[in-house]
Amino acid sequence: MAILAAMVVVGSAMLFSLWRLIRGPSAPDRILALDTLYVNTVAQLVLFGMLLDSSTYFEIVLIIAMLGFFGTVVLSKYVIRRDIVE
Amino acid sequence: MMATLYTTLIVLLLATGSFFVFLGGFSLVKLSTFFHRIHGPTKASTLGVGCILLASVAYHTVYGSGLHPRELLIAVFVFMTAPVSAHLMSLAALSLMEGRPDDPSHTMDPEGHIRDDADERAEREAREAVEGRDDG
Repeated sequence: MAILAAMVVVGSAMLFSLWRLIRGPSAPDRILALDTLYVNTVAQLVLFGMLLDSSTYFEIVLIIAMLGFFGTVVLSKYVIRRDIVE
Repeated sequence: MMATLYTTLIVLLLATGSFFVFLGGFSLVKLSTFFHRIHGPTKASTLGVGCILLASVAYHTVYGSGLHPRELLIAVFVFMTAPVSAHLMSLAALSLMEGRPDDPSHTMDPEGHIRDDADERAEREAREAVEGRDDG
C-alpha cells in the first residue's frame, strides 16, 4: 500500500519533469528535465521491484542511471562547444 | 514487535523519499529561471532517490531474498554523478547567456536571459565565415 502511494507520488514528479521537457524555453532547461526524468525513473523502477518482490530490476536500474549520466554529459558538452567529439 | 518496527522504518523512508522526489519535480515547474530550477532536482531528488533505495534495501533484506549490495551500488552511483551533471548543465546554461563578461569575478545575474536560438546563431556564424572566405 505504501509502495503504491510512493509510486503515484514519484509518477506525478515524472509528469512535472515531462511538462518542463516539452515546455522548457531553452536547451539547458530541457537537459535538466531529461536528467530529472532519468533520476525519477530510477526511483520508480526500484519501487516497482519492491512491489513485485523481485531483484530483476536492479541491473536495469543501474544501466538506466549510467546511460542517463552519460546522456546528460554529452548533451551539455554539445551545448557548450557545439561539438561532441573534440 | 520487530516486524512492526521494520515496517514503520520502511514506510517512513518511503514517505521521506517520495516527498523529496516530488519536491524536485514540483520545483522544476514552479521556479522562474533556470538557475533557480537547477537546485530542486539536483539536491532534493538525489536525497529522495537515496531514501527510496535505502527503503528498498531494508525491504529486500527483511521480506525478500536477502541483502543485495547492487542497490547500494546504484545509490553510490547516483550520489557521485548528480553533482557532476549539475555542474555541466549550469556551465552549458552559462555559455548560452547574453553579455557574458570575460572577468570571472563578475557575478552573473541569475534572472538573465538564456538564449534559445543557439542553433540558428551557430548556422549563421558558419555561413558568414564561409561567405567571408569566398569574398577574401
